[in-house]
Amino acid sequence: MNSPHAASLRDAALVAGIAGILAFPFVGLLLTTEGTAPTLSTRFPEFAGAVVVIFFGRLGISAARRGHGLLPLVLGLAMAAGGAFSLVVEATGLGASGTAIWHAFVPGTFLSTVACAGGIAIAGLAGRNYLMQGRQPAERTPLPMGQLLLWLGIALAGFAILLPLLPGVDRRLIDVATLVLTYVMLGWGLNIVVGLAGLLDLGYVAFYAVGAYSYALLSVTFGWSFWVCLPVAGALAALFGILLGFPVLRLRGDYLAIVTLGFGEMIRIILLNWYDFTNGPDGITNIGRPSFFGLPFASKPEQGTESFHTFFGVAYDPVHRLIFMYYLILALAFVTNAFTLRIRRLPIGRAWEALREDEIACRSLGVNPRNTKLSAFAIGAMFAGFAGSFFATRQGFVSPESFTFIESAILVAIVVLGGMGSQIGVAVAAIILVGLPEYFRELQEYRMLAFGMGMVLIMLWRPGGLLTHREPTIRTRPAPA
Amino acid sequence: MNDESGRDSGRIRIRVMDYFAQQFINGVSLGAIYGLIAIGYTMVYGIIGMINFAHGEIYMIGAFIALMAVVAFGISEGGLVVLALLSALLVSMALTSLYGWVLERVAYRPLRGTQRLAALISAIGMSIALQNYVQLTQGARVKTLPPIIRGGFEFQFGNTEFIVRLSTLQILIVVVTLALMAIFALLIAKTALGRAQRACQQDQSMAALLGVNVDRTISLTFVMGAALASVAGLMVTLYYGVIDFFVGFIAGVKAFTAAVLGGIGSIPGAMLGGLLIGLTEAMWSGYFSIEYKDVATFSILVIVLIFLPTGILGTPEVEKV
Amino acid sequence: MNPPTLLSVEHLTMRFGGLIAVDDVSFSVEQGAIHALIGPNGAGKTTVFNCLTGFYKPTVGRITLHSPESRTPFLLEQMDDYRIVREAKVVRTFQNIRTFPKMSVLENLMVAQHNHLMRASGWTFLGLIGAPSFRHAEAESVERAEYWIGRTGLAEYADTEAGALPYGEQRRLEIARAMCCDPVLLCLDEPAAGLNPSETEELSELIGYIRDHHHISVLLIEHDMSMVMGVSDHIVVLDYGQKIAEGAPETVRNDPAVVQAYLGSDDEDEAGESEDTTS
Repeated sequence: MNSPHAASLRDAALVAGIAGILAFPFVGLLLTTEGTAPTLSTRFPEFAGAVVVIFFGRLGISAARRGHGLLPLVLGLAMAAGGAFSLVVEATGLGASGTAIWHAFVPGTFLSTVACAGGIAIAGLAGRNYLMQGRQPAERTPLPMGQLLLWLGIALAGFAILLPLLPGVDRRLIDVATLVLTYVMLGWGLNIVVGLAGLLDLGYVAFYAVGAYSYALLSVTFGWSFWVCLPVAGALAALFGILLGFPVLRLRGDYLAIVTLGFGEMIRIILLNWYDFTNGPDGITNIGRPSFFGLPFASKPEQGTESFHTFFGVAYDPVHRLIFMYYLILALAFVTNAFTLRIRRLPIGRAWEALREDEIACRSLGVNPRNTKLSAFAIGAMFAGFAGSFFATRQGFVSPESFTFIESAILVAIVVLGGMGSQIGVAVAAIILVGLPEYFRELQEYRMLAFGMGMVLIMLWRPGGLLTHREPTIRTRPAPA
Repeated sequence: MNDESGRDSGRIRIRVMDYFAQQFINGVSLGAIYGLIAIGYTMVYGIIGMINFAHGEIYMIGAFIALMAVVAFGISEGGLVVLALLSALLVSMALTSLYGWVLERVAYRPLRGTQRLAALISAIGMSIALQNYVQLTQGARVKTLPPIIRGGFEFQFGNTEFIVRLSTLQILIVVVTLALMAIFALLIAKTALGRAQRACQQDQSMAALLGVNVDRTISLTFVMGAALASVAGLMVTLYYGVIDFFVGFIAGVKAFTAAVLGGIGSIPGAMLGGLLIGLTEAMWSGYFSIEYKDVATFSILVIVLIFLPTGILGTPEVEKV
Repeated sequence: MNPPTLLSVEHLTMRFGGLIAVDDVSFSVEQGAIHALIGPNGAGKTTVFNCLTGFYKPTVGRITLHSPESRTPFLLEQMDDYRIVREAKVVRTFQNIRTFPKMSVLENLMVAQHNHLMRASGWTFLGLIGAPSFRHAEAESVERAEYWIGRTGLAEYADTEAGALPYGEQRRLEIARAMCCDPVLLCLDEPAAGLNPSETEELSELIGYIRDHHHISVLLIEHDMSMVMGVSDHIVVLDYGQKIAEGAPETVRNDPAVVQAYLGSDDEDEAGESEDTTS
């Protein structure tokens, strides 16, 4: 055996060994409670399977990284085949009905999926090595990123506008797309705070909650319509942003993060416990639905009124409302985007970015840091308030459960993964982080695990975010074509 | 925890004192645990200036491993309880430390020197991943442990029905915490590792030029923080007898609050902050409302940061221009 | 006849815990002149700057600015840093360069005109609707920025990220940016540090130009003695936080206390540093 392979083997053995020690208590053992007494059972086949997968996976990756072709290709294909095989065995029920020997080879859906996906990735890397053999890495000419991003943006926007009309688009896809757009809008709102002004806000969900509850309470108590409540909810959220931001915005980055996290949790706890006002954990139901310029989406309009389908003379179809909701959030998101793109080019927007780059330099140029930060915080909160109203009207129901810390974490992740300030980056990151997992709901249980690991991996891969290109907000001469 | 049986008895003044004493005891025990977790935050923040967001999860993992070890060693009342508990503690510390080491190695070290937020996002990702890893492998239901260490002292002041209890376990928690804190304070003050840590805290590149192995020092900081968190994990398991995959999040936030309150970077500060947070929580739960006890904690955090940004025992910072 | 006094610093003292960084220093700056603040490393020069520009609040002392643009004098020691720039128009640069690295040179200079542009944009509202008055003001600001870009020789970099500029250009960018704040007193903290002799020469010319054509007073911290002696009208020498000499360049050069301070234990330091800067 030649030495590079020996080194790979040693490395894989070491990694698998450490992973084995770490995984043993959680994968190899199972803690259950009988009555009040805990008992411990073993799951050695699963554990052994995990260690084997890690060993070969690491071996394949390190061999592929060293530029080998054959070894990782074979390994990758074998892993993929093995994973696929055990998935099939499990899906067809052979594992359950067969003899015990099957169980030893079927370590569970998750591990099989990991093995399968990892194997394909390794084989892919190896394949690239084959293709690149004997070739010089191509000279990279700098791409005109500004132009490319512009076209990507236009393409994405066009696709979003046409989506409900495309053939083969069902309710589920529209639902997922609506959800993704909600996150895109929230991400764009938070982008003002985190991406432009550089204020790490881990409690953004608080303003989302303020918006949602404002709309819910106004709608249920006074029967106000969506279009009246929307600006009110935005204004209330902005007011909250100013109230919360005023005392804490002079704190340094990480402290600000933890304080905003605290605010987010406080608002949730208050919503949870202030029964008289928020109805506690039961939430608020029967929130008014928005109408299409006064035409409700009801199957049976009240006596003497018209609804959407009677007015347009089409058959009632619940999907109409879904599509309307979709376009509503799309419009709200576009407004957010247009606003952000415009304000970036105004003095306040430039001051935000300058503040992100160097606060001391800003002060030395006469920029009032507190007011500048507060404006970013308040405007970001306002958009969260708008999005919250939309959320409340779409669900028809709000409860504190929807506003946990994890939502804030997802939003910050979207902004940072997107590339801190890049509008298209935020949209792409929202699709990857929210859209993809949502579409694979079958793997529900593994969703958040994959989500967390994905956050780490993308950061390791691109610490600056997916799209780091930044166009100047003003030029002395027109941009080069 | 909130024994309110004395509330209806007649002698109000004595009852008030007794109730206060009970909440004080509970608060100190809880605060000791927060303090142990807070040391991990404070050391890491001191040395690399990041909030190790996944530290709460390290503590949760420590609690799980400790519970498994306790079950595996078949510990029940009587017999060689102390020896067996000590073994469980050692196993848990070793494994949890390894988790801490790997965490730094995999998720933080490659991001050192890139934009500051990258490491924090990575830490949040790790926190989410570890929580779900434990939920997936061990299930979402709570794990319970019947009391192992029983007994204690009971005090009765005057002629009231209210009895103040000070359990052996509570004494144990405070004693172990104080001992560990003393050991760590000595470690940092006297050993080469402690010197290296303090050097890295001041100036990493200078420390590296003077021959300090910065990578190793940072790794060891994570290892020590994780080891202490696992001690806290074992004690919580023994004290409350209930853990689940989500215990790390809120405990982590509170411990971080404790670290900030005491003055980030200061180990005695972390302990002091832990005690104050524990006491606040116990008193708030005892006198106002349990529901809002977390709001009280967060409010303290905000107030401290506004009026005392360097914490109680932290050194004031002069802004470098 | 003496030109009027622009800035007077009286009994300025700054303590950090037990350390006295600046100890009872008084001096004044005349209108339309270049003053230099020199002294060995650690003499307290930058601390004086930080007190002048509001980054530190002095422990004791009074700093008065008699601005030609205002009838009442400004008491700088009582003002926040950003207000000193906005109202008193005392603007500084930094020893360790502080540009906005990801923003273009032009954007850097636009941020410097923030307060003016904020008013013009009607606190953003007029800007959002694209009011002609704002567009006009913005075009003027760009013009002013372009003037200083040309003046500091940054024309080819105007649309480049500031962080990508060579070192000397970043130093000049900081001066251009400070000038865009429309100062009455410009405080330069070691502007020649790290520049080669020909760049230093250009810098001297630029500083002279700023005084002569824009009638702006300059307060300068600098280690490069030939530059200081060449460009300054008046020099204040600090050592261990105290003023040890003051006067015209000729007077200071021959002052025995100054010679003592520079040829004392700090001698090797200084030699090492000037080698660094010329290499």
